[in-house]
Amino acid sequence: MAQYNYTPADFKSDQEVRWCPGCGDHAILNAVQRALPEIADATDTPHNLFTFVSGIGCSSRFIYYMKTFGFHSIHGRANAVATGVKVANPRLNVWVATGDGDSLAIGGNHFIHAIRRNVDLNVILFNNEIYGLTKGQYSPTSKLGKITKTSPYGTVEKPFNPGELVIGAKGTFFARSIDMEVQLSKECIVAAAMHKGMSVVEMMQNCVIFNDKAHAAFAADKATRAERTITLRHGEKMLFGANREKGLVFENMRLKVVTVGEDGYTMDDILTHNAHERDTTLHVMLAAMKYPDYPVALGVIRAVEDDAVYDRAVERQVEEVKAASKIHSVDDLLRSGATWEVK
Amino acid sequence: MEQNKVQELQDVVIRFSGDSGDGMQLTGTLFSNTSALLGNGISTFPDYPAEIRAPQGTVAGVSGFQVHFGDHRELTPGDYCDVLVVMNPAALKANRKWLKEGATVIIDGDSITEEHLKKAGFKTLDPIEELGLDAYNVVVPDITTMTREALKELGLDNKTVVKCKNMFALGICFWLFDRPEDYARRYLDNKFAKKNPAVAEANKRAIDAGYNYAANTHQFANHYRVAAASLEKGTYRTISGNVATAWGLCAAAEKAGLPLFCGSYPITPATVILEELAKRKDLGVKTVQAEDEIAGICTAIGAAYAGNFAVTTTSGPGLSLKSEALGLAVMTELPLVVVDVQRGGPSTGLPTKTEQSDLAQALYGRNGECPVVVMAASSPSDCFHFAFEAGRIAMEHMTPVILLTDGFIANGSEPWRIPSMKDYPTICPPIVETAPEDGFMPYVRNEKMVRGWAFPGKTGLEHRVGGLEKDAVKGSISTDPDNHQKMVRARAAKVALVAEDIPVQQVWGDEEGDLLVVGWGGTRGHLQNAVDELRSEGHRVSLCHFNYIHPLPHGVREIFARFKKIVVCELNEGQFAAYLRHELQEFRYEQYNKCEGQPFTVTELRRKFESLLK
Repeated sequence: MAQYNYTPADFKSDQEVRWCPGCGDHAILNAVQRALPEIADATDTPHNLFTFVSGIGCSSRFIYYMKTFGFHSIHGRANAVATGVKVANPRLNVWVATGDGDSLAIGGNHFIHAIRRNVDLNVILFNNEIYGLTKGQYSPTSKLGKITKTSPYGTVEKPFNPGELVIGAKGTFFARSIDMEVQLSKECIVAAAMHKGMSVVEMMQNCVIFNDKAHAAFAADKATRAERTITLRHGEKMLFGANREKGLVFENMRLKVVTVGEDGYTMDDILTHNAHERDTTLHVMLAAMKYPDYPVALGVIRAVEDDAVYDRAVERQVEEVKAASKIHSVDDLLRSGATWEVK
Repeated sequence: MEQNKVQELQDVVIRFSGDSGDGMQLTGTLFSNTSALLGNGISTFPDYPAEIRAPQGTVAGVSGFQVHFGDHRELTPGDYCDVLVVMNPAALKANRKWLKEGATVIIDGDSITEEHLKKAGFKTLDPIEELGLDAYNVVVPDITTMTREALKELGLDNKTVVKCKNMFALGICFWLFDRPEDYARRYLDNKFAKKNPAVAEANKRAIDAGYNYAANTHQFANHYRVAAASLEKGTYRTISGNVATAWGLCAAAEKAGLPLFCGSYPITPATVILEELAKRKDLGVKTVQAEDEIAGICTAIGAAYAGNFAVTTTSGPGLSLKSEALGLAVMTELPLVVVDVQRGGPSTGLPTKTEQSDLAQALYGRNGECPVVVMAASSPSDCFHFAFEAGRIAMEHMTPVILLTDGFIANGSEPWRIPSMKDYPTICPPIVETAPEDGFMPYVRNEKMVRGWAFPGKTGLEHRVGGLEKDAVKGSISTDPDNHQKMVRARAAKVALVAEDIPVQQVWGDEEGDLLVVGWGGTRGHLQNAVDELRSEGHRVSLCHFNYIHPLPHGVREIFARFKKIVVCELNEGQFAAYLRHELQEFRYEQYNKCEGQPFTVTELRRKFESLLK
């Protein structure tokens, strides 16, 4: 393992952070800046290879606060711009900071296609279920019936669950954290960086101004989180609760919450998390769990290694064709095929 | 073989036309490539419907390919044809207006049936009389029957046999113009021999049969010879505008020493550029067939940021979708080439037809004060040169460049003397390798107002760019009023300074006169032919044709001032004329405009110029 000995300060730019006081984005920035020294060592990535790309929205200001290469692009297009960056130079360690409006509404097409291609990008999806920068309109993840400035009588459209969308689009990595859980966020971010292929980390982020307590039902405080969320870790039993007394079992083709030692359920009945399983069935079910029926799943839900990583495949094909071709220069190209001499 | 009279001709125009499934594009291409290999000057024009297999036998479904070949360089595919080869009555009807007086018309006699005549909208059973072709040399061989007869021993199914009738027609034309069959035979062998040798054999036999039919019957009074053109010494090939564009982009990447990246979405008539670049992995080209036009340009912008020579290729509707991202490339001052192969608009418009109506969009179609360099190529082969130039300017001046071509030159082809890359200049982008001691400032400009290009991965050059207004030095976000004013003017000045780095405007013909014909882009051949014809008759007419549009080259004002009248000719309703009225207000501009989805004809241009000369 390389030893760069970076500290979080090495990734802090000189720009004043201008998110609202209390905004969940501060904690996410903190988690990323803490994760990068570890990632640099684990992936042998020197500072100059980290590149952050964003779209538009509060979350997309992220790149200005990172002392790395950064590209603040246009609304919805972060994943497309980042795809170009990564394909042009696969050695770069490319990150996308984006929001629920940016990647799931205006940029939905680029988001699903980057996932489908399995471009080796690390996407941090800030999900606050609201449009913050335009001051409070509903987003594609706002709950049905949500009252906002553009839905004064409540929305009449169902939200996306980002996890279902990512896995449905053939995603190979999906993790979820809560802004306040800096340690868990950092874990997810490191795992995303280690994953070869597109990684999406959904951050349940609180917008104190326009959608305060959006996630409070399960995220309000430590005690609530213990009871109403479940942190999944590969190879470990799916347990939660203040004393880890509750768990998930699979019954009648559905997940079910049980208490170990009650109703005849023993520890053997509790599912063990396999993030590496290629089959998507259980991962989709886990990603889709909603409070109060279920605990909300956190941690790395899916991490499946797939050889078909787009940027590397493009590069490999170029090398193969180069090696086999008789055309090595534009002069060769111009003289290939049918030509004739005029004397 | 009986001897027919052999007549020498300077040039000939043949139009092959039939249903869009009749193989007319291939027939025309084989004829024109054969002629090119004989050393003729060539210009071709494919004219086909948007549907892949449009309704059979209808006028709307007619697909045509016109080839003009001669004993000199041909600048246009010709207005009207000497020979029209049609596979059905609909094609005859659709092309009636393109016949020269007394032209030869060859129509498949088997196709003249009540059903076909009805589908084509004929009122009588005699299309020749109905279209007033009595004074023309109309030949009605039963092409389908004779093809079937010639191939009966091969044991192929009827559909395959009938598909060979286009090669029978090609054989007739080969005899008529004294062309050898060997190029076409080689082509058919290459195309079919491996997968289906019987089909290759059938096609070759059909060519023979057509040739022999023409030689042995007395249907054609003459046959003709067109001598080789006296072209400049060198190695030649035929090239279409789209392929030339793709290769010119490869050339610019090679001369800059950077990888070429193309992010694009398929769109008629630009798709061939993406297809050709996708083949060029041998030259290290990376292509991303993006999920949409926006992703096409955005992946390209990302690649430009990461240090590739990045391009995106499209046509009008795609350029509309790319507008916002073009603004991002302007704001971030990254090199980018956007190729717009113009087609009939607005909206979906006429996808397979040509027009020059995207000029205003290229010049102005973005939010904010958003200048880009706009250029245009003017012939199939010079697409290579201008694609190279677009790349050179984009990279050396750190700016997006829109290169306008059009369906006419993109699909058309002509012989091209192959250049040597050693005659092309090295491209020197302002790449920043190391940070200065006091830190890297991304928006510091050089004497050309150009900022440095610092790729991610270069140590100590970490910096942020984006679509928000930038501080004039540091590149950080700035909403300062004075800074914004300064940056708006800096971006404009940078583009304006490109004028110092492009050739001074040239005139074709005398430097002064009664009428100056002004054009831009793909209309050059027609304009030059019309001007040449009038000049040979003693008129004081010259041509000022533009390839560099924004900024305008130096010398334009001086040229315009030396003519009594100026007429701006373009395939739109006057977009370049409006631009000139803004840029050079002291002149009066006459206009000649056309929006029919078709190129100019030399005839109509002459008529207009003659009226202005009276």
